Amino acid sequence: MAALRVLVGVKRVIDFAVKVRVAPGGAAVQTQGVKHSLNPFCEIALEEAVRLREAGAATEVVVATLGTKASQETLRTALAMGADRAVLAELAEGAAAGPREVAVALAALARRLQPQLVLLGKQAIDDDCNQTGQILAAILDWPQGTFASRVSLEPGAVQVQREVDGGLETLRLRLPAVLTADLRLNEPRYATLPNIMKAKKKPLEVVPAADLGVPAGPPRLRLLQLQEPPPRAGGEKVESVESLLGKLRHAGRI
Amino acid sequence: MSRSCAVPAFPSLSRCNMALRRVLALAAALGRRSCCSKPPLPPDFVQALRAVVGAPNVSTATAVREQHGHDESMHPCAPPDAVVWPQAVGQVQELAALCHRRRVPMVPFGTGTGLEGGVNAVQGGVCFDLSRMDAIAELSLEDFSVTVEPGVTRKALNKHLRGTGLWFPVDPGADASLCGMAATGASGTNAVRYGTMRPNVLNLRVVLPDGRLLHTAGPGRQPRKRAAGYDLTSLFVGSEGTLGFLTQATLRLHPLPEATAVTIASFPGVGAAVACTVQVLQAAVPVARIEFLDEVMADACSRFSGMGLPVAATLLLELHGSRRSLAEQQQQMEEIVQQNGGSSLAWAEGLEEREKLWSMRHNAWYAALALRPGCQGYSTDVCVPISRLPDVVVETKQDLQASSLTGPMVGHVGDGNFHCILVFNSQDPEEAQRIHAFTQRLGRRALAAGGTCTGEHGVGLGKRALLQEELGQEGLDTLRSIKAALDPHNLMNPGKVL
Repeated sequence: MAALRVLVGVKRVIDFAVKVRVAPGGAAVQTQGVKHSLNPFCEIALEEAVRLREAGAATEVVVATLGTKASQETLRTALAMGADRAVLAELAEGAAAGPREVAVALAALARRLQPQLVLLGKQAIDDDCNQTGQILAAILDWPQGTFASRVSLEPGAVQVQREVDGGLETLRLRLPAVLTADLRLNEPRYATLPNIMKAKKKPLEVVPAADLGVPAGPPRLRLLQLQEPPPRAGGEKVESVESLLGKLRHAGRI
Repeated sequence: MSRSCAVPAFPSLSRCNMALRRVLALAAALGRRSCCSKPPLPPDFVQALRAVVGAPNVSTATAVREQHGHDESMHPCAPPDAVVWPQAVGQVQELAALCHRRRVPMVPFGTGTGLEGGVNAVQGGVCFDLSRMDAIAELSLEDFSVTVEPGVTRKALNKHLRGTGLWFPVDPGADASLCGMAATGASGTNAVRYGTMRPNVLNLRVVLPDGRLLHTAGPGRQPRKRAAGYDLTSLFVGSEGTLGFLTQATLRLHPLPEATAVTIASFPGVGAAVACTVQVLQAAVPVARIEFLDEVMADACSRFSGMGLPVAATLLLELHGSRRSLAEQQQQMEEIVQQNGGSSLAWAEGLEEREKLWSMRHNAWYAALALRPGCQGYSTDVCVPISRLPDVVVETKQDLQASSLTGPMVGHVGDGNFHCILVFNSQDPEEAQRIHAFTQRLGRRALAAGGTCTGEHGVGLGKRALLQEELGQEGLDTLRSIKAALDPHNLMNPGKVL
């Protein structure tokens, strides 16, 4: 069958189970010594790509990420889940990137690798931006199917069922296309030990981010301030309805 | 055997159902202590508790105490006098020493998902809710071990292990605290291949009733095997909170199977299904899960989950292995099933399909309750040698029919363990009496077959009399000596097990 390469973009994020703390200064969260893992929606996107290859609809799954050297670990996990090879668009230590920068890097990789399909998670659980897939589609001028809950490939096209506010919407997009995965698309597999061993031998290419056109300097999206929500105050019992109304009024709630 | 008991007044159990209490008074083991009105804790004592963990981590509020006075069993709620939330093992030690000095009973609490009333504070005292201690530490991928505190549940651990290729396979159904699972010696659907908690706990950090800290295999050690002294780890596993607080457990992890396949087979009768199980085990097929549903349970589960299964004795089977060994196991399984008159097998290999089949099984409790809406459920838990399983199951079914009881059966038949989920109207004292008599006969039937009255749920409040019959006087006396040596004032979870 004709080669059909799938490019999957993934992100290394703080693990969902961690209690995140704002770092002193309010400009970032604490990441030192904190458990990181593959973004759950990216896992779902990767799982879908691997299933497409296992079903014979795709021939190769390439996983890529824009990140510091630490992201190599994330790529190895993705390889253990079944990706064939990986590319790290490497940022310098301490450098940050936002959706725009990631999209630029992935677009450059797409032009190099010529995939028929790019699969991303719908959003990252650290910034919840939900922008990368859309920006990428715009840069490449490819059709996009976001919030995908079902994907099926056809010759030259892909049918996508999307989860939208009003329910489900089904689109047919000409290939090449960009899709972003939503929660109900699939249940990602757990990497097994033999696959983790095999993953160590799969190719992992490191490319400096600048080579892919990612501009140096701070990301386009600037984080102004972070603060934790106020600690929960104790409740108060009141003796009468009048007292309750009085207190609500006093607090400006009614 | 039956005797009528006057139900003592329980002024502190105002929210509990009268009929429920009557059932349990009838069903309770001999010597269950009544929870009479006891004086609340002296204010200076409560103040001392606050001094250790901070005022926000001590509660005497009624709602909080009642929440901590029961688990998932039918035993009436017996609230403690106070609930504390220690944040570190040092605090557990200080609190225990304090309670020990003042002779106040102590009850450990994990997730409250037990099935035998293990957390019910039948003598009041202080409930130690250990859920805030939730560190996962010392994960060693090469040694296949990890250390967890009581706030870590089994699902949380397995999520944490995602990406490492390892998992912790003991699966009792509920998302229970792992230390709690160690305390009850829990088991589950995977035990036939991966073992129960006991072989999978390498070390325990125990706070003894007087506040001293004990590492059952020595501090910081997790050898895969050891011959150094009495096996204290095994002693504390299954001690149900009566010997000390399990504040940390070092667990044995296993590699995730490369491939998994699940299937359902229907059989012409209970005997055939159970005989098939015995043959699968004797053929040394390394089956990972082998679950039995009798025709009542199969029908209930099928309707509850919309699966359309035939109304017949059913086996739910799971195989683990590499792709090649899986194919071989599947073939062996098909042959054995066919030999026993079972239906032809369709294998589910995709994750979503497999989860659908297992969640149908895991919903057995609710499916059973749905057979008679408005009724209560009670699960029996006997375990017998495999060779005796067919007889015991068939006799039990006959007993159910003869007693006109609704008791669909579900079982980890690979271990010889099965549960009758008895669904009954707690308002009907006559039915409650039949239930009680049935469970006694079942317990004795299992003991007569060389088995145990509790395969995995524990003794808790309700099986103390059967424990005596099971172990004999010498056995029970030995347990009592050990209890007296470690907890001479009987402060640790009094009223349970012994």
